[in-house]
Amino acid sequence: MDLERLEPTGPWTWRVKREAGAARAEAVLYGDAELLRTMDDKVLEQITNVARLPGLVGPALAMPDAHWGYGFPIGGVAAFDPERGGIISAGGVGFDISCGIRCLRTNLASEQVAHLAPKLADSLYRDIPAGVGVEGDLRLSAGELDAVLLGGARWAVQRRFGEESELEYVEEHGRVSGARPENVSALAKKRQRGEMGTLGSGNHYLEVQVVERIHDAAAAKAYGLRTGQIIVSIHCGSRGLGHQIGTEFLITLAKAAGRLGIALPDRELACAPVRSPEGEQYIGAMNAAINCALANRQILTHLTRRTFAHFFPDARLETLFDVSHNTCKPERHEANGRSHLLWVHRKGATRALAPGHPELPERYRDAGQPVVIGGSMGTGSYVLAGMDSSEARAWSSASHGAGRAMSRHQALKQWQGRQLVDALRERGILIRTRSMRGVAEEAPGAYKDVDRVAEATEGAGLASRVAFLRPLVCVKG
Amino acid sequence: MPAQTSEQQHGAQRFDYFEHDADIGIIGRGATVEQAFESAAEAAFAVTADLRSLRETQEVSVSFVEDDLELALPQWLNALIGAARERAVALRRFALSRDGSRWSGRAWGEPWRADMERGTEVKGATLTMLSVKQRDGGWEARCVIDV
Repeated sequence: MDLERLEPTGPWTWRVKREAGAARAEAVLYGDAELLRTMDDKVLEQITNVARLPGLVGPALAMPDAHWGYGFPIGGVAAFDPERGGIISAGGVGFDISCGIRCLRTNLASEQVAHLAPKLADSLYRDIPAGVGVEGDLRLSAGELDAVLLGGARWAVQRRFGEESELEYVEEHGRVSGARPENVSALAKKRQRGEMGTLGSGNHYLEVQVVERIHDAAAAKAYGLRTGQIIVSIHCGSRGLGHQIGTEFLITLAKAAGRLGIALPDRELACAPVRSPEGEQYIGAMNAAINCALANRQILTHLTRRTFAHFFPDARLETLFDVSHNTCKPERHEANGRSHLLWVHRKGATRALAPGHPELPERYRDAGQPVVIGGSMGTGSYVLAGMDSSEARAWSSASHGAGRAMSRHQALKQWQGRQLVDALRERGILIRTRSMRGVAEEAPGAYKDVDRVAEATEGAGLASRVAFLRPLVCVKG
Repeated sequence: MPAQTSEQQHGAQRFDYFEHDADIGIIGRGATVEQAFESAAEAAFAVTADLRSLRETQEVSVSFVEDDLELALPQWLNALIGAARERAVALRRFALSRDGSRWSGRAWGEPWRADMERGTEVKGATLTMLSVKQRDGGWEARCVIDV
């Protein structure tokens, strides 16, 4: 990215300069000069396009892990006021609606797991349905699927896929309101019948990790984290149902935008006012997909516990937190000196509530919301905590991952899956996958430096580092 | 990009790919719009499986109504992706016809087998970098697919 097009307003904050003759577009990017220099120019183009959508409040924002996406950049955050014609955009949520991470802390130490790691990896690979075309054991009737879309993780807990008490540590307590299963097409529901409790593919994974270092002892204590502890992270979303909703409403909203005279700088930013028939229809379907994703991660949590129990009968895998990073939610925020109900799009960005926020569980009230920056399979991930400044800086949002540094095409030219798997095994990281091509596309070198992204996230006042997690086993989707 | 090479047609690659950071850009070419869309479908499904290794034991049909030529490309691809996932099949060959704004397509492939080398799941076709244009005496269709 050409830094000449940006104006630094702080050590980690860059405002997009207004170009002569161009319409006004307020956009801010977070990160250090090196992170921004290596971002594709398309990130700048996309976040500027987002800034021109109707009803935007404050600037459109790009997180430090931002990269070129479709419509919004991945790592894009934008808030819209329905009182001022604010819109909802399917392209601002993405096809994998409510993709996110469920993080589980265990009572196991790395030395207990190390000698069993190969067998544990094999069992997780066998028990966790992963990869393109792989279905789960659970088959739901049409009525049961509607119950999932209304009930989310709460439905899954009622079906004995988890404990009632852990719902406190799932965003929205495991279920969003406003889901309208009747807004979800028959095809979307059919696609999901065999996909509940599946991981998917691409950048989705289940990882067994070890806490390698603690950055913030007080927050780590609140989160129940200690050095040497085994953690499990599950990254996936709403599967075929969400993908189908996303693709169908992309066209619906593109046509609505045309009909309503909304000038789209990029057709992928297909949108409609929050308060319009098409907008309301999408919101009902999107909320159904969010509940689907929350239920999916709850079922995968259950399958993971079952596998661990086989090797470690006394193991406890407790939900540390479950947070989505592809959503749009109505949230109350301060803007221009008063409280507004804004629709906050986070596409590849995690909510990061500050300490003291009333929606946080009591246990995390002083520390702030847990935020996970999922890194590549060869480097590691960070647990962070929402900061006091995250509300004013980014509507309480933060980075969600390391962020891609190169395309899948380039990665395939540079690496081979089998060689990567062998090299990682030498480093004590066991990969299990049905797709060597997928491993090459997701090569650690294809991602930005996760340490740098986490440091920039903290420096920008979005979320502060709590712990670093090193991968031991990765089941790749 | 995929394991197999894109087949040749009239001296040009029938399908190809272009760079995109997070996802994959696909290009389909043909003498007609319909053929270009068929080639684009090959490009998309070659991301999920090795097309040359697939048998044609199942057929799926899709249809849609679309009068916007550009929007017809994601409509076609997303209809195929939905049908393939609904039927749990990997697709390898595609045929598309059009009567005004009514599009009808067929595709052939086989159910997923345990021993298949799997690629990456395609979540859907986006409107990013979407274009359907006449080029070099034929048609070229391109867009980014989300994986």
